[in-house]
Parts: sequence; C-alpha cells; structure tokens
Amino acid sequence: MELLNILFVAPFLDMADSPVFFAEVVITGLLTGIMYSLVALGFVLIFKASGVFNFAQGAMVLFAALTLVGLMERGVPIPFALAGTVLVMIALAMLIERMMLRHLVNQEGIILFMATIGLNFLLEGAGQIAWGSNVKVLDIGIPDQSFEVYGILLNQFDLFAAGTGAVLVTTLAVFFQKTTIGRALRAVADDHQAALSVGIPLKTIWVIVWSVSGIVALVAGIMWGAKSGVQFSLSLIALKALPVLILGGFTSVPGAIIGGLIIGVGEKIAEIYWGPAFGGAIEGWFAYMLALAFLMFRPQGLFGEKIIERV
Amino acid sequence: MSMTPPTGQQEAEQVAPAQALLTVNNIEVIYDHVILVLKGVSLEVPEGGIVALLGANGAGKTTTLKAISNLLQAERGEVTKGSIECMGERVDRLSPNELVKRGVIQVMEGRHCFEHLTVEENLLTGAYTRRDGRAAIDLSLEKVYHYFPRLKERRTAQAGYTSGGEQQMTALGRALMADPKMILLDEPSMGLAPQLVEEIFEIVRNLNKKESVSFLLAEQNTTIALEYSDYGYVLETGRVVMDGDAKSLSDNEDVKEFYLGLSSGGRRSYRDVKHYRRRKRWL
Repeated sequence: MELLNILFVAPFLDMADSPVFFAEVVITGLLTGIMYSLVALGFVLIFKASGVFNFAQGAMVLFAALTLVGLMERGVPIPFALAGTVLVMIALAMLIERMMLRHLVNQEGIILFMATIGLNFLLEGAGQIAWGSNVKVLDIGIPDQSFEVYGILLNQFDLFAAGTGAVLVTTLAVFFQKTTIGRALRAVADDHQAALSVGIPLKTIWVIVWSVSGIVALVAGIMWGAKSGVQFSLSLIALKALPVLILGGFTSVPGAIIGGLIIGVGEKIAEIYWGPAFGGAIEGWFAYMLALAFLMFRPQGLFGEKIIERV
Repeated sequence: MSMTPPTGQQEAEQVAPAQALLTVNNIEVIYDHVILVLKGVSLEVPEGGIVALLGANGAGKTTTLKAISNLLQAERGEVTKGSIECMGERVDRLSPNELVKRGVIQVMEGRHCFEHLTVEENLLTGAYTRRDGRAAIDLSLEKVYHYFPRLKERRTAQAGYTSGGEQQMTALGRALMADPKMILLDEPSMGLAPQLVEEIFEIVRNLNKKESVSFLLAEQNTTIALEYSDYGYVLETGRVVMDGDAKSLSDNEDVKEFYLGLSSGGRRSYRDVKHYRRRKRWL
C-alpha cells in the first residue's frame, strides 16, 4: 500500500501541488532534450542516406568541437573559426568517402558499421593529437544566465540551443522531403545499386551527407562544449543519443527531435518525482529503460519507416 | 545433326557502324580478378531497335548488361578486354552517372524500386541527371503516366507496398524519366503473371515505336522475347553462340529445342547438346 502510494499517488499530488515548479521541470527537460536531439540528428542523417549506423558520430562531435576551440585558441575570431571548422568537416567527409566508403559499396550494413567503429578510434585519436587532450573552455559569447518568466526560471543559453535546434531541423526536413538532392539521399538509403543505375552518383551523395552530418556534429559540439567544456567525454554523449534514436526511429528527422524531447522531459520528471521511490539517480538509466520498452513493442520507433515486408 | 548457318553475322555487318547505337566488341569480364564470366561477347544494337539477349541461367546476360551500364564496378567486376562504344564514343570506362547522361540507362533485374519512396518520388529520382528544368521533367512525368496509367492511380503509394507488376512499371518508368536513347532491360518478365508480361512487353514495343527508345533486353522467356524483338543473340556460358533476326532464331531447330521447348522430331541425346556447346562459332 505504501509502495503503491509512492509510485502512483504521491508524485501526481506533488505535481498538482506546485504547477509552476512542474512547468519549470518540463521546460528544463525540453531544453536538455533539444541537446540530445542535436546529437541524434547526425546519426539519423547518415543512417537515412546510407543505411549505416555511424558509430563515429560522437567522435565527430568531439572532433568538431576540438577543431573549433583549437582555432579560437590560436586567436582566430569566432566567425572565421566557425567557417574554418565547417571546411574541416567537409574535408573530413571527402576523406571518409575516398578512404572508406568508396571501397565498401554494396557491402552489408554491418560491415560499414564496423568501419565506422574504426573511424571512431581514428577521430578520437586524431583530434587529441592535433589539439591536445586538456579540457578546454568554449565561449561563444552567449551568456549562461537565467531569468524569470511568470515565475518560471529560464536559461538564456538553453533557449538559444533550442532555437538553433529548431532552425536546423526545419531546414533539414525541408531539404530531405522537397529537394532533388534530398530525394536522391533517400533513394540511396533504400538501394545503393538502384540509385547507381538511375545515375545518382553515390560518391557525391556520400560527401554531401557526411558533410551535413559533420556540420550537425559541430552544432552539437558547440552546444555541449559550451555547457560542459570541450573534453574527451564529449564523444560519450553519443550513448545518450541511442535511446533517442530508438524512441524516435532511426530514419526520421522529426523523430530524432521528438525522441530527444520525450527523453529529456521524461528523465527530468522521473528524477524529481519518482526519484525518491528508487533512491534517486533515475536520470542515468531512465532513457535506456524507455528504449528497451520501445524495442519490445515498437521496434521501428515512433516515426521510423516501417520495415517493408511483402509476402 | 544439322546446324543452321548463322545468318546474323553477315547482316550485322551490313548495318553500317554509323547506324549502330551501341557496339560491344569482344568484351571479356572478370569478377574479383579471378572469375571469368564473359569470354568475348560482341553485339550490336541499331538505333531504334529491340535486341534480345537470350540464354539460360548463368549464361552471362545480366553481366553483359552490367558491363555496358558499368554497374559492374560496384560488384568488383571489370571489363578486361574489348571495347564498348555508344554512338562512336568509347564508354567502357564511364561511370553509370555519365552513361545515364548520355542516354543509356539500365533497369535492373528484380525491379529494385526505392521501397520507402512513393511511386512518384521513385519516378522523379530517374530525372536526377537531367538539367533541362522542372517543366521538361513534368512533361516526362505526364508521358510516363500516359504509358502507365496504373502508376498515376498509385502515385502516392509507397513503392514497397505496390504489386510486382506495378514495381516493374515503376522501374521502367523511372528509367524513362531520364529521357534515354536506350534502355538496358534485365529480365522484365521475372516473377510476373503471363498477362502482365504481355502488358509490359506491349509497353516496351510502344515506347520503341513512339518514343524511339532502343532496347537491349535480357530475357529467359525466349518465346515472348523473340516475339517482341527484331534481333537476338543467344549466350551460353559467357559466349555468343548464335545470333540472327528474331524470325530466323525462332525458326531455328536448336533454339526451338533448347530454349522454346518445341521439338520437331523426338528427343535428342545429351551428347549432341554437349557437342553443340563445344562448337566454337563466335567471331
């Protein structure tokens, strides 16, 4: 009886007790969620366009952030440093196509996946060799200050991150659905060979998609780096993106966003209202439990493409 | 056993090279650096013609088509000898993308539609290489819907959920969207009901007549292929063993016996078959 009360009654009473606090929890959750979504987006892009689960996405986030900080430390002004990093990410995409993907056309997804594991190690190493392995501070000039709206505490930086995420997602969604290149990207994801046969140049498409995903990694790297410093552990936030992907579906850009938001809000609410029942620290594993439940009941995620099976 | 002389070779020579849209000269294809698949295949497709490539499983029909469209590259296959010319230009080192731009496009065996794209999106991917603007592409789309009215009804359906016939039509329509001079059509009858096969071949004939698209089609269904084509080549274990116009091929005793399942007098022994296969009559 006591247990039932703690699990199913008390949390809701708490929520009803102070709606302003509840709203604050939800908003904090949403803002964290956007940050997860940013990382998940990079995965979705590459998965959509080449059917590869890019294990190196986390390393790309780290690599991008390290490059940016490295340039800024050498006194390059922010706009130029940003442009320079974008160029580096595009060059990286070309290199990846040239050295890795070109030789693996028509191979099983799992083989490409293995290749990205290798890429992961390579990038983590290369980034630190080039820019050092100390924790670096990234300051892009957005103040990390809080202010109050209707009694709800909001963080300016989080809002900025959310805005960036929203713009990025809208652009990408339009790009994928409405443009010729976007359509070609989706075609390549479905069938490499058929795409080749209608004259879609795989090489160009891969460079485009890895560049875009490199730029998304840069954005994620900036946001996370500015929040918690640019350091090795940045590449581990990729792990947090996994449940987001399982929830939203590996193939859906909106899914990555909604999935991120659900996980962000879910883990904050779980931590605050249900945390005491479990002795706290739910935040660490809540997302994975949710993902597990999804794998059992809806393996393609909320918005993922259904696995087409004709009988 | 008497062999009918190959009338085709002389005829092919009469067709002047200037008229040939595609010429394949004695090509050899090796997979993975070791597996010799084509051992000197030569053929010609005249402008505005429908040419059939006949033969059993593993004879090298698909490989020949892929050698021309250069989809071989993606399968670790390589043209090691001979040449392929399209309108007088060597094309055997060009990427599929370049070839599609020059008007040669392949429709692969087993249809290969983009499952998660709608039928219309599938068609539009075919226009990827075109640079003549939205209006011209819309016009082509209308044309495809004219030839395949069923695709118009299903335009918003996800291609993965359409029937086999509709997928074959989508694949053919997608190739048409590239505004091709020539379509390499691989096994269009595969897995389709006889009636649908007729329908598809009728459309091929129509496209050939009205849109002056040339076809090189690989087909196991010899009866229907010869019915709809002007000229045919018979492949066996990577070699052209016979060629001729469709009429003479379907009258040929050997073709009747081995590919059409018709025989004029009694069954012949397998030794004759062996003997027949060993005879080198190409080139």
